[in-house]
Amino acid sequence: MNDIAINIDKLTVAYDAQPVLWNISLKFQKGKMIAIVGPNGAGKSTMIKSMLGLVSPVMGSVTHQDENQKAVPYSELKNRIAYVPQNTSVDWNFPTTVRDVVLMGRYGHLGWFKRPRKKDKDIAKQMLLKVGLPTFAKRQISQLSGGQRQRVFLARALAQEAEVYIMDEPLAGVDMKTEHIIMKLLKKLVSEGKTVLVVHHDLQTVETYFDEIVFINQEVIAAGPVDQTFNKQNIDLTYHRDRNVGEGG
Amino acid sequence: MLTQVLSVFTDYTFQLVALGTGIIGLLSGVIGTYATLRKESLLGDALSHAALPGIALAFVIIQRKELMFLMLGAVVSGIIATAIIQVMTRNTVVKLDSALSLVLSSFFGLGLVVLTAIQNNPNAQQAGLNSFIFGQASAMLRRDVQLISSVGLVLLLLVVVFWKEFKCYTFDPMFSRSLGFSSKIIEFLLSMMIVLTIIIGLESVGVILISALLIGPSIAARQWTHRLSGVMILAGIIGFMSGVIGTLISSLGVRIPTGPTIVVVVSVFVFVSLLFAPKQGYVAKYILRQKKQKLFKKRLDELEEAKQ
Repeated sequence: MNDIAINIDKLTVAYDAQPVLWNISLKFQKGKMIAIVGPNGAGKSTMIKSMLGLVSPVMGSVTHQDENQKAVPYSELKNRIAYVPQNTSVDWNFPTTVRDVVLMGRYGHLGWFKRPRKKDKDIAKQMLLKVGLPTFAKRQISQLSGGQRQRVFLARALAQEAEVYIMDEPLAGVDMKTEHIIMKLLKKLVSEGKTVLVVHHDLQTVETYFDEIVFINQEVIAAGPVDQTFNKQNIDLTYHRDRNVGEGG
Repeated sequence: MLTQVLSVFTDYTFQLVALGTGIIGLLSGVIGTYATLRKESLLGDALSHAALPGIALAFVIIQRKELMFLMLGAVVSGIIATAIIQVMTRNTVVKLDSALSLVLSSFFGLGLVVLTAIQNNPNAQQAGLNSFIFGQASAMLRRDVQLISSVGLVLLLLVVVFWKEFKCYTFDPMFSRSLGFSSKIIEFLLSMMIVLTIIIGLESVGVILISALLIGPSIAARQWTHRLSGVMILAGIIGFMSGVIGTLISSLGVRIPTGPTIVVVVSVFVFVSLLFAPKQGYVAKYILRQKKQKLFKKRLDELEEAKQ
């Protein structure tokens, strides 16, 4: 049986002439909690964006496994994959409520033109309860703290009821309570057989939180189970090297 | 004075023009909300200025003041301007704000040159072409108002039909794309809607000031409400009222241009909202701060007393 959720094959991405990701080949196992670590500018966000079809590669491909164990591109099963962007990527002064943001998680299932129904609103309510913000439904999103914003984004992803969760720095700048709530929910997802990919910045907590780790700095430096791969040598290789890929021989 | 106002109100031309500018204001308010939320206020300004050479050249080609053709010319030069801005920012080191002001002023300059050339021409039809710079609402005809209303109806319908898609895309474009909503379709629709709104407002408000009508109402409305639907409806109302009040003021006086008057009225709405809106207004914030400070001071005093 094939238990690969996502297969990245020789992925190379470039903005203008500058390569951001160079020849990335990775297989992500289903039902695992996976950390993606690397310094700023290592291409972590670009990598997850290419998994979501948001960035088109110069070369290589990303495939996801569908319910029949077939490898297909993202566009064919986007409703089985949830994305949590960095919470700093949006304007939190946007005039809307917490509930409406969480409801956006249902939009993919609804498709064009269809309005959210009672079922969708119930799901949104349920997910707000899960992230510990049951009384926040009608709150203005501009009034949320950093941690609450991140939990709203997680609730929106949960509302997608997906199989794979791809998250960009969900623990960046959040309070302890939020970190605790988020990790508890992610663990629960993994225990239900879902796959969780997290761009992570805090090396201190890698061993407590994750099963697998990928070190990247434009190229894959190392990838594997945390207990075998998370060591000083790989950290040094990833963080303390000036890289210039794609040039010369 | 009062009788003068009353006689203006019953005047057919006034009713027609007020209705026309009112609808333009309403549309600018509603559609402009997307522009301000997407932080594209300046793009509207560049596009409206860029419309002028299109209008002038369209007149050169057909030698008649046929509004439909002039608007078509405006659309074409608007599209060319947008393309130039995109090429400049994508492929060269020019930053967006520089590209916008470069295109804005160069297209506007070109428009003025062509307009001046036309005016030195003996064609009597060219009279009033100048009005596109500052707008001349009194030139509005019945069929112009009909055209404005039908375009407006289509635009409002699009807002309703694509409500969820536009909202999600405006708030979080990456997430919206990850759900499978084509950014190309949504971007195209949103820009087309903004361009059309600008175009139908050009004749009465003018290329220089139409962007104020596009931006002002939603900025004012945002102060009073926290929901997108609320902002849009209120922006529409503020835009409509600005159109009507502006037209009224300019009809009362002698040779007061309508476009600038409408924009002044919008600005009054904006400043009043910024100052006096509950909770978010400057005055409300100031009062709240004073109250809090007094409260803190009292608490500190109490603590001091308890110590002694």
